[in-house]
Amino acid sequence: MHKDIVEVVKNDPNYKELVAKRSSFAITLSIIMLVVYFGFILMIAYFPEVLGTPLSEGSVTTVGIPVGMGVIFFAFIITGIYTKRANSEFDDLNNKIKDKVKGM
Amino acid sequence: MINRIFLFLILGTIAVFASSAATAEVAKELNLSAIVMFLIFVGATLGITYWAAKRTKSAKDFYTAGGGITGFQNGMAIAGDYMSAASFLGISGLVYASGYDGLIYSIGFLVGWPVILFMIAEPLRNLGKYTFADVASYRLRQTPVRILAAFGSITTVVLYLIAQMVGSGKLIQLLFGLDYEIAVFIVGILMILYVTFGGMLATTWVQIIKAFLLLSGATFMSIAVMAHYDFNFGKLFAHAVELKDVSIMAPGKLVGDPISAISLAVALIFGVAGLPHILMRFFTVSDAKEARKSVFYATGFIGYFYILTFIIGFGAIVMVLGKPEYLDLAKQAISGGQPILGGNNMAAIHLSHAVGGDFFLGFISAVAFATILAVVSGLTLAGASAISHDLYSSVIKKGQVDSITEMKVSKMATVALGIVAILLGIAFESQNIAFVVGLAFAIAASANFPILFLSMYWRGLTTRGAVIGGSMGLATAVVLLILGPAVWVDVLKNAEAIFPYKYPALFSMTVAFVATYFFSVTDNSQSAKEEKEKFEAQFIRAQTGIGAEGASSH
Repeated sequence: MHKDIVEVVKNDPNYKELVAKRSSFAITLSIIMLVVYFGFILMIAYFPEVLGTPLSEGSVTTVGIPVGMGVIFFAFIITGIYTKRANSEFDDLNNKIKDKVKGM
Repeated sequence: MINRIFLFLILGTIAVFASSAATAEVAKELNLSAIVMFLIFVGATLGITYWAAKRTKSAKDFYTAGGGITGFQNGMAIAGDYMSAASFLGISGLVYASGYDGLIYSIGFLVGWPVILFMIAEPLRNLGKYTFADVASYRLRQTPVRILAAFGSITTVVLYLIAQMVGSGKLIQLLFGLDYEIAVFIVGILMILYVTFGGMLATTWVQIIKAFLLLSGATFMSIAVMAHYDFNFGKLFAHAVELKDVSIMAPGKLVGDPISAISLAVALIFGVAGLPHILMRFFTVSDAKEARKSVFYATGFIGYFYILTFIIGFGAIVMVLGKPEYLDLAKQAISGGQPILGGNNMAAIHLSHAVGGDFFLGFISAVAFATILAVVSGLTLAGASAISHDLYSSVIKKGQVDSITEMKVSKMATVALGIVAILLGIAFESQNIAFVVGLAFAIAASANFPILFLSMYWRGLTTRGAVIGGSMGLATAVVLLILGPAVWVDVLKNAEAIFPYKYPALFSMTVAFVATYFFSVTDNSQSAKEEKEKFEAQFIRAQTGIGAEGASSH
C-alpha cells in the first residue's frame, strides 16, 4: 500500500471511528460468547446436578435441554447481531474511508 | 488430452467399483439402492468437475474458485466442510449411547464460529490471497514463517485425512460390503479427480451439494421421529428414558475434571480458527462482507445440523435400540447387553432404515459416502496449496513463478497427497486413532491460531517470536498428547499417563502465546524494527480492505 494512503487513512476520523467501534463491539461479543460457553462447561464440571434437574415435577425433560439448545441458538443469534451491524453501520463508515482514497 | 485422462480415470473407478461390488455380493449382502444413489452422486459431481475444469485456468481459479463464490454458497460449503461423516455418525452415536453428553460435545464444535466471525474472518479475507500463511507472513520474513505455517497446515491436514480415510474405509465396508482397501482406494481416487481437475470450484460445489443432501436427509429423519411423538420433545424424551434410564437427560462422564473440560473447550474454539481447510474457504468470496455473511450462514446450518443429530440420536434410542433386526447377535453372545450392528456409530444409519426402509437407508448411506468425499477433497486442496503456494512458490522460488506453473505444482501435490492418504488409510486400518482428530485440533489451536491471530492484531510480533512461539506450541501439543492418556495409555498400553490430561490445548496454546510474546519483545534486531513499522499499513488493509485481493473478472 502506498505511504500516502496510509497517512490519509490513519488520520481519517471515519477510520478511527470504525476501528474503535468495531473493535469494542467484536471484543464485547467475543467475551459474551466465551462467558456463555465456559459458564456452560464449568457448570457441567462443578454442578452437573443443576442441569440434570427436571424442568417441572414429574417431567423427564431436564434444565440442561433448554440450556444446551439455548447455547446453540445464542451462537447463531450473536453472529446475526454482528453481521447486521457490520453490514450497515461499519460498511457505511468503511465506504466513506474508501471513497476518500479512491484514485490515490 | 485432459478429457481423455479424465474419462479414463472415471471409467477405471466405475470398473473397480462395479467389479468389487459384484465380488462382494457373494460374501456380503449388497445394498443396491445405496450403490445406485451413490453412483448418481458420483456421476453428478464428476459432471460438475468436468464443468469446473474448463473454468479453472489460473492458480487463483484453482485455489479460490476465482474468488466469486457468494456468502450464502460459501456458508453452505463451510458447513459441508465441517459436517463430516464423523460428526454426523459420531455425534448421533454419542447421543444414542449417552444422551445429553452428545449435545455437550456438539456445542463445543459450534461455539468457535462466532469467535471466527468477530476476530478472524474479515481481516483474513482482506489480507490473504490463497492460504492463511499469506496473512501470517504478511509483514514478516517469508521463508521461516511460511515454512512454519505450511508445516502446521500439512500436519493438521494429514492428521485429519487419516481420521477421515480410516473412518470412511470402515463405513463403506459396512454400508456397501466393499473391502476396506478398495473403499479407501475409491475415496482416494475420486478425491484426486475432483481436486486436480476441478480445483476449488468443483470442491466447493461438491461440498454445497453434500451439505444440502445431508441437511435434507437429517431433516427428514428428525421429522419422521418427531411425528411419532406429536412433535412433542417431552414425549420423545419420556419414551427414551423408559427404554434406557434417566441418566441420559443429564451430563455424564464426557466432561471429567474441570481442567480437561476447559482444555477441550479451548482446543475446539480456537482449533476451528486454525484449521487450514476452513480458513482457505474465506478466500473464495469476493470481499470481507461476503466472508462475514459466510460465517453467519455456516453457523446457522451447523447449529441446525447439531440439533438434528440430537433428535436423531434420541430417535435411534426409541426406534433402533432393542429391535431384533438391528441387534448384533454375535456381539451380544459375548458381551451381553443390546449392541447394534456396526457399533453405536451406526445408530443414525439404522434409524434411516427404521423410518424410511431400504430406499432411505440407501439414500443416507450414499450421503455418508458423499460427505466423506467432500471433506477429504477440501482437506487435500488445503494441503496441496500449502505445498505449492507456501513451500514451492514462496519459499523455493521466492515468488518468482507464474500462475500456470504454480497450478501444475499444486495438482501434482494433490495427487501425491491423495496417494499418501490412501497409504496412510490402509496403514492405520486397525490402529486406535481416536486421538488423531484431537491432535489436529490441538495443533491448529497451538501453532496455527496464535501466529495468525497475533500477526493480525499485535504490532510487536516479529519473525523470531512467531517462528519460536509457533514451533514451541506445536511441539508442546504433540509431546503432551503422547504423554497423556490418549496415546501413552490407550495406544502404547502403559499403566499410567505421565501427563494427566487428555486434551493438551490449554497448556500448549498458552506456551505458544507466552513464547511468541517473549521472543518478540526481546527481539531488538533491525528487521524486527522494520516489521513493527509495517504493522500500520497492514492493519489499515485488514480493517478496511483497501488493497485487498478482488474476485477475478472472468
